[in-house]
Amino acid sequence: MNRGVSWFNVTMLILGFVFLYAPIALLILFSFNAGKLVSVWSGFSTKWYGELLYNEQILQAAWVSLKIASINATAATILGTLTAFALNRFGRFRGRTLFTGMATAPLVMPDVITGLATLLLFVGIGWARGMSTITIAHITFSLAFVAVIVRARIASLDMSLEEAAMDLGARPLKTFIVIVVPLLAPALVSGWLLAFTLSLDDLVIASFVAGPGASTLPMVVFSKVRLGVSPEINALGTIIVLVVTICIVIAATVFQRQERRRAIDDQMAQRG
Amino acid sequence: MKNGRFGISGRTLAVAAPYLWLLVFFLAPFAIVLKLSFAEPLIAQPPYSAVFEWTGGLLPRFTGNFENYAFLLSDDLYINAYLNSIQIALFSTLLCLAIGYPMAYGIARAPGAWRNALLMLVILPFWTSFLIRVYAWIGILKNNGILNNVLIGLGIIDEPLDILHNHFSVYLGIVYSYLPFMILPLYANLARMDESLLEAAADLGCRPWKTFVSVTLPLSLPGIVAGSMLVFIPAVGEFVIPELLGGPDTLMIGKILWNEFFQNRDWPVASAVAIAMLVLLVIPIVIFQHYQGKEAGDVK
Repeated sequence: MNRGVSWFNVTMLILGFVFLYAPIALLILFSFNAGKLVSVWSGFSTKWYGELLYNEQILQAAWVSLKIASINATAATILGTLTAFALNRFGRFRGRTLFTGMATAPLVMPDVITGLATLLLFVGIGWARGMSTITIAHITFSLAFVAVIVRARIASLDMSLEEAAMDLGARPLKTFIVIVVPLLAPALVSGWLLAFTLSLDDLVIASFVAGPGASTLPMVVFSKVRLGVSPEINALGTIIVLVVTICIVIAATVFQRQERRRAIDDQMAQRG
Repeated sequence: MKNGRFGISGRTLAVAAPYLWLLVFFLAPFAIVLKLSFAEPLIAQPPYSAVFEWTGGLLPRFTGNFENYAFLLSDDLYINAYLNSIQIALFSTLLCLAIGYPMAYGIARAPGAWRNALLMLVILPFWTSFLIRVYAWIGILKNNGILNNVLIGLGIIDEPLDILHNHFSVYLGIVYSYLPFMILPLYANLARMDESLLEAAADLGCRPWKTFVSVTLPLSLPGIVAGSMLVFIPAVGEFVIPELLGGPDTLMIGKILWNEFFQNRDWPVASAVAIAMLVLLVIPIVIFQHYQGKEAGDVK
């Protein structure tokens, strides 16, 4: 396997990762800057984190965002999983082409178009704008991302276990809950986490559909960033980066361990 | 899942829920955008005129017009923004490909233990706040920013470089934000590639470079297309990056749409801009779906 890696690849990898991580590293570094500038170092301080704790506007927006993100992630995981099954396991059905199109277009559709379109729907049917409209708009694009993750997992799984359960007389619903869901667990968890972060991250769609009442965290951050850089935003960014990193690393480690155990089980089973 | 008690009805239900959801909240809105693009702005609630009127007949009468589109075509601002967006998205996609391909290749050929870690490093920025990562570049690029301070401190330049609020910073921002979208599908493709084909080429005396050009590259075409579409399509409609990193002359269609809606409050023109953008993106989106379907194991 090692044969194909040349000095050129290694250099590109190193440069690429420096490019990807240098801005994040500098962001974190300057969140501990004592001064108000985010480009001139004037001593170590954690005061910006302290100020963040007293910023009512940011705290409130963060709370709104977290609520939306968790409802969104849960609904998107359910709908996205159903979508994945419909596309990968159900064969042909009427309207499949349209369904495939609707389930993949949100992956690439520019946010400004989705945002405007969804808003016009809510205005058209007279739905009061606020948290509910943001959540609905988020579920719509998040479910497409969940479907991609779950589809990849379904495609890579050996479904003979499912067939065996059915052969042994398990009903479809029971088979699904006892056999399929545990096998899909890694995809369901990563799908949920991805939907959660996508929602937490969205500025454009939320801005269109929010209406005057609800402000999400990215909307507040954006209005502050427009006025210029501030170490407080650096501190907030650092917290987001750390929380996300910790969640992903934990999820990945748990699943790698699980996969390894499953691989060992499989070997044992084959040896009989 | 065919024969059980819940068989047919369970299946139908499983398809119907996401199907209806997407019909109502994804497809129907586009029909409304299309309709509204033929309306006239009004100072009212909602701020646009009716496009169809019931006049007692069987079908409603179409009372809209094409003035919004005529307006877009008559004003250089919109045409320039349109062409500019295509150009910026296209070059950013090529830059992402040039940087992303060697990285994806390196990860796919890395020793097993390294591979997961490297892949994780690509995925992580993709999960962390996009807005915050774009914001981080402002502090680096601005006049008294980190980069200029370092370069002046090292004595390489005397005057700060103007590297924020122009085309350069927009390119940088797009390539930076969308690079993981290029690497992931490329990696997925390259990692699956049949090693024996490469060995066969080498056995037959093919030089590594030649093997790459005539075997690896053509085989990775689906990955290249998927990655390029994942970068190009959203980049055309990008708003946050030109808004935060671009200057007054960085016209992009996403920013125009935003301004029409939020500043001019002209919903019909904003809708016409959205439709114009969709017309441009329909073909790339169809190409993307084709390759995405293949990758995801579509039943054909």
